[in-house]
Amino acid sequence: MNHLLRELAPLAPGAWAAIEDEARRTLKLMLAARKLVDFNGPLGWEASSIPLGRVEPVGNAPAQGAEARLRQVQPLVELRVPFELERSEIEAAARGAKDPDLEPVRRAAAAAALGEDRAVFHGYGAARIHGLMEAAAGARLTLSDNYEQYPDVVADALNRLRTHGVGGPYAIALGPRCYTGLTKTTKGGYPVIEHVRRLLDGPIVWAPAIDGAAVLSQRGGDFELTVGEDFAIGYLEHSATKVRLFVQESFTFQVHAPEAAVPLAYAKSA
Amino acid sequence: MAGASTTFHEPIELLKPETMDRHRAIVSLMEELEAVDWYDQRIDAAKDAELRAILEHNRDEEKEHAVMMLEWLRRHDAKLDEQLRDYLFTGKGILEREEELEHAGAQGGGGGAGDGSLGIGSLREARR
Repeated sequence: MNHLLRELAPLAPGAWAAIEDEARRTLKLMLAARKLVDFNGPLGWEASSIPLGRVEPVGNAPAQGAEARLRQVQPLVELRVPFELERSEIEAAARGAKDPDLEPVRRAAAAAALGEDRAVFHGYGAARIHGLMEAAAGARLTLSDNYEQYPDVVADALNRLRTHGVGGPYAIALGPRCYTGLTKTTKGGYPVIEHVRRLLDGPIVWAPAIDGAAVLSQRGGDFELTVGEDFAIGYLEHSATKVRLFVQESFTFQVHAPEAAVPLAYAKSA
Repeated sequence: MAGASTTFHEPIELLKPETMDRHRAIVSLMEELEAVDWYDQRIDAAKDAELRAILEHNRDEEKEHAVMMLEWLRRHDAKLDEQLRDYLFTGKGILEREEELEHAGAQGGGGGAGDGSLGIGSLREARR
């Protein structure tokens, strides 16, 4: 048995499959950073940190004449979202029911996905994660609710990337407000999001955790998500009527080249 | 690329870019391992000691190439990653390991990966 304690859960294989399929579907839909940044791992649950290649001097070396330097590392953060399911629904899934109530699984998977993406894009100081939008804040461009002007802002962002020597392909992560605004607006009878698509040679990604948007290079080597344990489902406890499980991962994120992204922020949130 | 493209088994317009890239990698891996096999046989047959040494050196470089390709495939195929993690470097008998994994699956993790992972990995599309 590993640390997820799955063998202790009163779940038949069919029920596990239903829960995992639901979680997987939600995660793949909601996760945005994994569609855009370099992925390192999974390194396993045992992985605790990644080396930064830097040292800091330490005083009081243990021998006279010796110098001591402490290696710098970035720790992985564990992200866990517990959820509770009715055993009657799980049993229905195991019997082959097509409509078991797995809403708690979807909510937990969505929260886990938003957690990872918020840390990646907006940072998570307590976990020593400097977000992509924070790191590139100096290059920020301002958005308005006039979506007809959106392609101009994206063109400015691309120009800024090229001017700084950052090659493509270029992609954009669109927060919900941007995505909705762009898909609802047409210019000359043509959806504005298609104008944006024609400016880019990389993907347009719906990123529900982002406020605003970010144009970023896909050339590689600029942004790196490191995963220890990839998203997994584990067991907490159960009663006669309910079972408590959790979605969990461990990860961290690094920005190697802040110049490879241009955040787009609405004026009010700038 | 041209050589690999001739071995696509379905019309190219029906294939996803990431499937085509994985195909290219798989074909390359096959070629590297085939080269190792050829070198092994030539080494056995070669009479000259210096020639044998060169062949051995070249064969071992093909092994490096094969492993680099395997690692690329692992990073782009979550299920392959899962299998490699299950079987490589355990030090146990291979069939014994299979039995162990099947037993673990039957005990509760049978709905998904033996270790509980959902196998999400990178969701980045293959570069065109």
